[in-house]
Amino acid sequence: MKITGAKIVVETLIEQGCDTVFGYPGGQVIDLFDELFLNRDRIKHILTAHEQGAAHAADGYARATGKVGVVIATSGPGATNLVTGIATAYLDSVPMVAVTGNVPCSLIGRDSFQEVDIVGITMPVTKHNFIVKNVAELADTIREAFRIARSGRPGPVLVDIPKDVQTALAEFSPQKKPVTPYPSVLADEDKLRKAAELINKSERPYIYFGGGLISGKAHEELIALADKIDAPIGCSLMGISAVPSDHPRFLGMQGMHGHYASSIAEDESDLVIALGARFSDRATGNKKRFAKNFNIIHIDIDCAELQKNIPAALAVQGDIKDAIGRLIGMVNKKKLPDWAKRITQLREEEKNRTERALAQCSGSGPTLSPYDIVDIISRHADGDTVVVTDVGQHQMWTAQRYPFCKPRTFLTSGGLGTMGYGMGAAIGASAAGKKAVLFTGDGSFGMDLNELATAVSQNAPLVIVIMNNGVLGMVRQWQTLFFDKHYSNTTLDRKTDFVKLAEAFGAKGERCVTDDELERAAERAFAANEPYLIDCIVDCDEFVLPMLPPGGSVDDIITEIK
Amino acid sequence: MQYVIGVIVSNISGVLSRVSGMFTRRGFNIDSLTVGETENSGYSRITIAFNGDEDIRDRILSQLQKLHDVKEVEVLDRKDTVIRELLLIKVRNNAETRQDIMTAVEIFRSKIVDYSPSSLTCELTGETSKVDAFIELVKPYGIMEMCRTGLVAIERGENCLKTVK
Repeated sequence: MKITGAKIVVETLIEQGCDTVFGYPGGQVIDLFDELFLNRDRIKHILTAHEQGAAHAADGYARATGKVGVVIATSGPGATNLVTGIATAYLDSVPMVAVTGNVPCSLIGRDSFQEVDIVGITMPVTKHNFIVKNVAELADTIREAFRIARSGRPGPVLVDIPKDVQTALAEFSPQKKPVTPYPSVLADEDKLRKAAELINKSERPYIYFGGGLISGKAHEELIALADKIDAPIGCSLMGISAVPSDHPRFLGMQGMHGHYASSIAEDESDLVIALGARFSDRATGNKKRFAKNFNIIHIDIDCAELQKNIPAALAVQGDIKDAIGRLIGMVNKKKLPDWAKRITQLREEEKNRTERALAQCSGSGPTLSPYDIVDIISRHADGDTVVVTDVGQHQMWTAQRYPFCKPRTFLTSGGLGTMGYGMGAAIGASAAGKKAVLFTGDGSFGMDLNELATAVSQNAPLVIVIMNNGVLGMVRQWQTLFFDKHYSNTTLDRKTDFVKLAEAFGAKGERCVTDDELERAAERAFAANEPYLIDCIVDCDEFVLPMLPPGGSVDDIITEIK
Repeated sequence: MQYVIGVIVSNISGVLSRVSGMFTRRGFNIDSLTVGETENSGYSRITIAFNGDEDIRDRILSQLQKLHDVKEVEVLDRKDTVIRELLLIKVRNNAETRQDIMTAVEIFRSKIVDYSPSSLTCELTGETSKVDAFIELVKPYGIMEMCRTGLVAIERGENCLKTVK
């Protein structure tokens, strides 16, 4: 039997295992939304306040669950509003399918009302994209979109569907199962043997991993490898939550605002085993100085990441879980007491430096210390709580301090650094049935606070913690350190009352300036099971430390402000 | 040095944008790019010439391989590859210079494909250096306009770029 293109879209989404989509209706997707209405008992559509929020929600849903996130928007501005969300997902390798409507084929290319070349616009920020001009190809194109999004290194795929294709009729036969991803490249046996040789020879191995370890589901293999070769572990921002923060081998995030111990340990190692990471400039600092003292074994599913940013002595393309698993069988078990002693020493040093820095920051008036905020909130949350951040100082404080214990419990915009990511992503995590906490700043929150409306409509069990310092703190920190305290446009000077704002949206909110107040607020917020905003007052001159200055290296690490 | 690569892509709309866009986006420079159908109408073949070191070459190859519509990529070894370019060039024609131009055309195994009392259009196929030399030679007579195709290249012997991955 022939059915409409719009129905084919909905049937194919359901066939691919999609039960929740995020989006916003409009003229060129009205047929599609009609089908969503007719099938509302089979697939849930969550209406956001803005298409960007919907894209971030699909992203958050995907990161929290590992499934493909789906977002739907209309043509023109609806489609362009998705772009930041798609780019965010692209930079962080998040599987997503974005479906956009477009003007009918006959009107394409004529600058018709709400027409935009979204395929052209999103080409650089998608794994692949399609415009479907023939309804007979629609179902297979959507299936292929899911397949591409999930295969190898995951990423976003966009499918643009002109309105007349949504109304045209075609035969449809549902598939029994979702498409299977393209087979993964498996690491070359000889290269793995070479890797094992290098590891066996190493006296000070260090494992550095990234987000690929989470999407590749290889956290158990990682620990097993580290245990067998007696190596410390550090990660990039994207790797956070793969390994429990309190794991004895785990030194934390490294890089620009990474932990002192992990950055120094890496520099003092003789071999860095990089797993599912891409050596972003934020993780390495000065590329000439980085890796001066050590060799690198780089294993990644994406061949284009190998030898791209940092030259590796040995580069291996392959599925990370399979590669580490086989590598474990090839390496010798060893004990490296001198190296372990040095690592313990570095941890001690880090503790002393952190305490000195904390002593310096706290006590400047009636404000909360950022680390105290993270500590107090984390004590009220449980291990399953999904922690979401926006971008800026609060993001780094959370990344450094929050005690994670399960993969996929930390959602943050790492590669693109998208302020305004948090609310959408938190709503996505909530839609996946997770309790979520959003750490945000007053700057970032200003970019996505409209999604409070969505959180309230969805009755999302979401705790929103604003680290409110009245400034764009991360840029201010740079201005303090490198621009002679020229606070150009980073002092917000707004009179926004976030508590009243929360109430205006139909959420609860309260303001805190002391630890005691925050303790009590957190208790109420976590018991609430609905959106609950806590406005935490933070001093505008709190710094994120340590810091490798931009273009700098571990030699220039700043651990206290003089 | 200059590398010449052959790229087999799906013959569908937008594929040239995807390939050329990757070069622009990642800051790689293209010397020349040609595209045309292959023996299989489902695929096109793109020949790209670019300058760079081995590192740039490898990054270009791996980025191209990642594109969904790219089916095959190969660096063509200049020693084992026939590389050609086509030139159409319109030169000013008058009684005094006509004979000299005709001589050049003959020596270079070029062909006159259009003739008017005031212009001569020549067609020339060859490697880049030969095309360059011919242009230099006729320059003094006055080049009215010219166009060159950029490189096309195919390996000698049995080696083939397959159209199916």
